[in-house]
Amino acid sequence: MGTVGAATAIQASYFIAAALFILGLKRMSSPVTARSGIVWAGVGMVVATLITFLTPGMGNFALMTVAIAIGGIAAWVTGRRVAMTDMPQMIALYNGMGGGAAGAIAAVELFSGDVHGVAVLTLGVLGGVIGAVSFSGSLIAFGKLQGLIKRSFRFRGQNFVNLGILAATAIAGATMVVQGGAMPGHVTLLFVLALLLGITMTLPIGGADMPVVISLYNALTGLAVAFEGFVLNNAAMIIAGTVVGSAGTLLTQLMARAMNRSLGNVLFSGFGETADGAAAGGPAGTMKAIETADAAVMLGFSEKVIVVPGYGMAVAQAQHKVWELCQALIARGVTVKFAIHPVAGRMPGHMNVLLAEAGVPYDLIYDEGEINAEFETADVALIIGANDVVNPVARTDKSSPIYGMPILNADKAKNVIVVKRGQGAGFSGIENALFYLDHTRMLYGDGQAKAAELVQAVKAL
Amino acid sequence: MIDGFIALYIFMLAAFTGYEVIARVPVILHTPLMSGSNFVHGIVLVGAMVAMGRADTTLELTIAFIGVVLAAGNAVGGYAVTERMLEMFKSSKGKR
Repeated sequence: MGTVGAATAIQASYFIAAALFILGLKRMSSPVTARSGIVWAGVGMVVATLITFLTPGMGNFALMTVAIAIGGIAAWVTGRRVAMTDMPQMIALYNGMGGGAAGAIAAVELFSGDVHGVAVLTLGVLGGVIGAVSFSGSLIAFGKLQGLIKRSFRFRGQNFVNLGILAATAIAGATMVVQGGAMPGHVTLLFVLALLLGITMTLPIGGADMPVVISLYNALTGLAVAFEGFVLNNAAMIIAGTVVGSAGTLLTQLMARAMNRSLGNVLFSGFGETADGAAAGGPAGTMKAIETADAAVMLGFSEKVIVVPGYGMAVAQAQHKVWELCQALIARGVTVKFAIHPVAGRMPGHMNVLLAEAGVPYDLIYDEGEINAEFETADVALIIGANDVVNPVARTDKSSPIYGMPILNADKAKNVIVVKRGQGAGFSGIENALFYLDHTRMLYGDGQAKAAELVQAVKAL
Repeated sequence: MIDGFIALYIFMLAAFTGYEVIARVPVILHTPLMSGSNFVHGIVLVGAMVAMGRADTTLELTIAFIGVVLAAGNAVGGYAVTERMLEMFKSSKGKR
């Protein structure tokens, strides 16, 4: 194929890839077509990658293939093996790799001195900095969710230090643009500063806020990819990167809103690890325990049961047993629905994935807006491993850190059964007033064991 | 080839497209969709390949090599986890 022919084939392939990415994302936004969506996008990726080998004037093909094999095989093996509960940190890790790649492209172009013109240079530098921040920030997010980094690092004036690093990065980048290029030392300095910024920005953020941060870095990586696309004159990168950048920004906002947190709040304040000023003096009343057999009777003779699963259920690996319990109830003629709070699990939609893994059909699953009015007609709200998302103080107590957060109105159900490992506060450290209500019963024990016992007890009714 | 205002137009239209595609997505798909969009920016792989193909010095080649490894990880890993998650979504009516 001649150079002109190759160039046309490349452009055509990138065009098809970009179209497939957009169509794929569109299909991924409905549960019915979602599966085919990722396949479409995957085809686009393969087409774009293969045709790139034909790019005129390129070398190093052997090494390139080795690099693709190393990264690809390592990611495929880890991606296939990772447990569904660990999905958020894996997404963070893969996203960080994308950011790192965008940073690497910028570094190569800047070191080579091939980047000319104020606009292209600006975009190249910006993309490189954003990519590097996303890289180191995502790695920290991964480390935190994976439990490799146990504590949050906070000190007085932290925001000023971060601001200082940001300013230094901006100056290093701006001088590069003004000079129309840079010495190798200057380029190195820029990337060291950007990597440092990602680390210091992410370290103080608590585990509960991490999903929002991962989503933000996902959007940032998209933007970095788009900017490097301008530098390389690559339309597929520009379109795919920009689409992800804007979609990711919207997704980040939706998540932050669901958690009742503004993005600024997440990035610049400390809450999210443990509520520092949590609950002086718990709610009035006592927690009332219930035996498995009694709980089974209550569930088995209900007309309608709404299950509220939380991350605790997933940690206990109880989702399969819970679904078995629901199937036993459905067999008895009980109407069973699942109510999912937007932030149940570690990120919005995570709980749906975990339930899907257990085989729960998605049309039994309702989100907060769809099901909240139904709690009043439910005989039992069965709460398994959820805590803050059913805490009624979010509606009533202005002093609570979660005040104003939309919650599931489980307290409105005629009876509430809470399956819980023991007494004590949840992820955020806030006491749950729901547990102290007169019509609430606590079923203490491991989620999986208790669910299994309930299955037996219901079947024996 | 793509310069000035044409580039700006592409940027603007792509940004609106991304927003519109996501705007009506149900919460149940947020995690897979984030993962799916994470896969889509794996297109950075083609950029890393081009950068590596043009690299002259050992330093450039080393950085580009790392870039390609990372980018391939982004694309392949993103696909693997997204596909695994979406594979599990079933309707109780038994069809997709």
